Amino acid sequence: MSYCKQEGKDQIIFVTKEDHEAPSNAELVEDDPNDPYEDHGLILPNGDINWNCPCLGGMASGPCGQQFKDAFSCFHNSKEEVKGSECIDFFRGMQECMQKYPELYPQEDDNESAPSGEAESFQTSNNANKNKTSSYS
Amino acid sequence: MFKCKAAWNKLAPLARASSTLCRQAGKRAVLRHERTPQFVQPAHMSSGPSGGGGENTLYFVLVGATCLAGGAYAYSTLVGDRERYQQRITEIESRSSKPAAEPSTPAKTQPETAEPVSEAVVEPSIAEPVQEEAPVPEPAAELVTEAPAPEAVPEPLVAEPCLAEPVVEEVTPEAPVLEAAPELVVASEAPAPETPASEAPAPEEPAPEAAASQEPDSGAPTPEAPAPEAPVPEVSAPEAALEESAPEIVPEPPEAEHLVAEEPVTEALVTEAVSAEPLPAAVAEIVPETPPVTQSASEPASAAASPAVEPTHAPYLLIGGGTASFAAARSIRARDPGARVLIVTEEDDLPYMRPPLSKELWFSDDPTVTETLRFKQWNGKERSIYFQPPSFYVSPTELESVENGGVAVLTGRKVMHMDVRGNKVKLSDGTEISYDKCLIATGGIPRNLQVIERAGDEVMKRTTLFRKIEDFKALEKVSRELKSITIIGGGFLGSELACALGRRSADLGLEVVQMFPEKGNMGKVLPEYLSNWTTDKVKKEGVKVLTEAVVKNVTYKEGKVEIKLKDGRVVKTDHVVAAVGLEPSVELAKSAGLEIDSDFGGFRVNAELQARSNIWVAGDAACFYDIKLGRRRVEHHDHAVVSGRLAGENMTGARKPYWHQSMFWSDLGPDVGYEAIGIVDSSLPTVGVFAKATAKDTPKAATEQSGTGIRSESETEAVAGSVAVGKAAPTPPPQQKEDYGKGVIFYLRDKVVVGIVLWNVFNRMPIARKIIKDGEEHADLNEVAKLFNIHEE
Repeated sequence: MSYCKQEGKDQIIFVTKEDHEAPSNAELVEDDPNDPYEDHGLILPNGDINWNCPCLGGMASGPCGQQFKDAFSCFHNSKEEVKGSECIDFFRGMQECMQKYPELYPQEDDNESAPSGEAESFQTSNNANKNKTSSYS
Repeated sequence: MFKCKAAWNKLAPLARASSTLCRQAGKRAVLRHERTPQFVQPAHMSSGPSGGGGENTLYFVLVGATCLAGGAYAYSTLVGDRERYQQRITEIESRSSKPAAEPSTPAKTQPETAEPVSEAVVEPSIAEPVQEEAPVPEPAAELVTEAPAPEAVPEPLVAEPCLAEPVVEEVTPEAPVLEAAPELVVASEAPAPETPASEAPAPEEPAPEAAASQEPDSGAPTPEAPAPEAPVPEVSAPEAALEESAPEIVPEPPEAEHLVAEEPVTEALVTEAVSAEPLPAAVAEIVPETPPVTQSASEPASAAASPAVEPTHAPYLLIGGGTASFAAARSIRARDPGARVLIVTEEDDLPYMRPPLSKELWFSDDPTVTETLRFKQWNGKERSIYFQPPSFYVSPTELESVENGGVAVLTGRKVMHMDVRGNKVKLSDGTEISYDKCLIATGGIPRNLQVIERAGDEVMKRTTLFRKIEDFKALEKVSRELKSITIIGGGFLGSELACALGRRSADLGLEVVQMFPEKGNMGKVLPEYLSNWTTDKVKKEGVKVLTEAVVKNVTYKEGKVEIKLKDGRVVKTDHVVAAVGLEPSVELAKSAGLEIDSDFGGFRVNAELQARSNIWVAGDAACFYDIKLGRRRVEHHDHAVVSGRLAGENMTGARKPYWHQSMFWSDLGPDVGYEAIGIVDSSLPTVGVFAKATAKDTPKAATEQSGTGIRSESETEAVAGSVAVGKAAPTPPPQQKEDYGKGVIFYLRDKVVVGIVLWNVFNRMPIARKIIKDGEEHADLNEVAKLFNIHEE
């Protein structure tokens, strides 16, 4: 049994779980998938990789950014059965580059996948953030 | 092509030596035969029929031998050079500090190496030039202009500038060294043109030209890509020129760097040289010693040369080294491959994030936290407050040359003047940097209370305006040493610091007082009922909270800071922290001709964060037009990230307006944690929908259990427990105080939701963002609240 009270201009509603069980009838505006202004996550509507995605962290912008981009693009465009099997040279190049910066690319991480421990990014809320501090790193 | 040039550079000295010998032989012949000086000229063009004679034959033989030897030498040098370059690179990288070497030692080794070089190349009858060469490197190492010995310049000296390239380039990471290096080169350039003037014959000019061209090369070490090919081609190119023209030897003031270059020259001639073996070792020694040598040998010409060391042009110039700037740098690098981004910051630190300075860093158990500046995130992972370790950045001096571009940070410089028409800025040290695109992310400085400013030095000494790392370190020290701290200000920073210090108060025996003019903590953000509730929580953290406290004056009395309030209350404390707002840094507006907003402060920019054609502003200093919510200025971390990223995108041509709403959050003790988005102003009418309190809504137990502080709240919100609160009674009876455990608060402006606070409810920010984006009028906000599933985990 919920109740409601008013404190000046502020309204306060207390609701029980049951009250909120009925689905909401609030109407939300349909999202336009081609909205040019929206952030698009990792893959852009036209299929390209969004190198600026927070999910990539600093991978595409660091000293090994170019190698990372080459490797990941190749992987992304790969149509082989074992995806990325022809990209081994790019990945090797990327790994060599990363080995030069152990501080930035800690070796225990899987450097070949996009997000790494270091690369936890400025995840603002568009990335299903867990908590406020996901805005860190 | 570079290979040829480098090979030429290396072989040039050989050619010069041989030609010197020939010339001198010719001169001796002239003197002996008492021919007129005119004959000296034809000696150069001795291929004609009037030539002939013994001297010319000798000359041809020598030149021919030189060419053959040079060819063989060039080949071996090319091969060996690459290896040596890699060795030097690894040496320099592994070097933690420059060894303080005596300049004399390398200088001395140089003349020795110079000798075998000349000996090896030329017939043994060159005692004279050798001896002349030997003393030359030594005084030259001390940079005495060797005008008296113009001709005896050892050939290796010419190769030096070329081979100096790798040395100089390797030396680039060492900034002070670098300043010395171009200084030396500049100095060498001065005598170099002088001495050729003393040489009559025209064919010499190609040599000085080649040499001079090498000098500017090494004089500007930064533009040269530190590729192994670079030194080698340079050697070959001038060498070819020299060989063809058979010129006089161009006197080159041998500098320490150049002397180092002698090593590879001599090494190649191992088979012929006398003392080649010690040279490879000497190379290794001398490379690290070169920096100190160049430093010690620098001339007053340094002053003129030092600005050239640092970048004079940055395609992307970011003013300010905070969160917005770093986000922009990342964005630019992601979108523009190979971009060269220069960050200029007043602070001495690399870019770092501020929120932990008032939260997580205080909760750390690590006693060295003030040094490490590491904290534990909500997910348990530890990280530093610095966005990236120093190895992420390139040195500013390398920025223009490094292959794939990078981000460089110039610390400790303030941009004093901005010339928008000329697209350049002037720094506090006089340096001028031109740019293609510029971001102003200067942030702000903490405001101070007038009463404190007028209170005198004793009070100012005991006042902290909290914003930077050094403020954190100072306050941390104060909290351990003093007995009472008062925080003036009841907003985010003040409340967070009060809670952080309050937590320590029991352990440290510290009294923490917080005072502010509002009725409760976060009085300007949260509706009154929630603000009051929050204040109670803050008090439970061990903070003495004085509400409705307006400071009348502050004095220093009897070893204590005495704060007198308008209503008569007096607070005696040891230290004051003023957290009364941020003043945006807009000093550049005047020189740049940028508009300042009168309502919100900060630079006025459009929806795309642009102030003028090539100038964007982001972060705390930007008063921007939010398409959904109107013009505003936001001083939160996530906004700095979002706006910085957007500015970076727009600087690389994206042309997107501010669209993705930034959020913010705060933690005030283990019971109070919230996220918020949009305009969260307590003067707006609000509708709060709270879950009726149950035992599970006190995550305190969970927090204490996990021991990772407030962050763990989201992970460990307790499971359902018994219901404690009363039923439908509308009035909150005194014994049953309504517990605003968790809920959603909507802030309305003309019946449209413009702001949302998620109170102890996490992972729902996307829904909140969507509601604000829609900008719809909702009749029943309870229905909207249902979308948040506040009863759930």
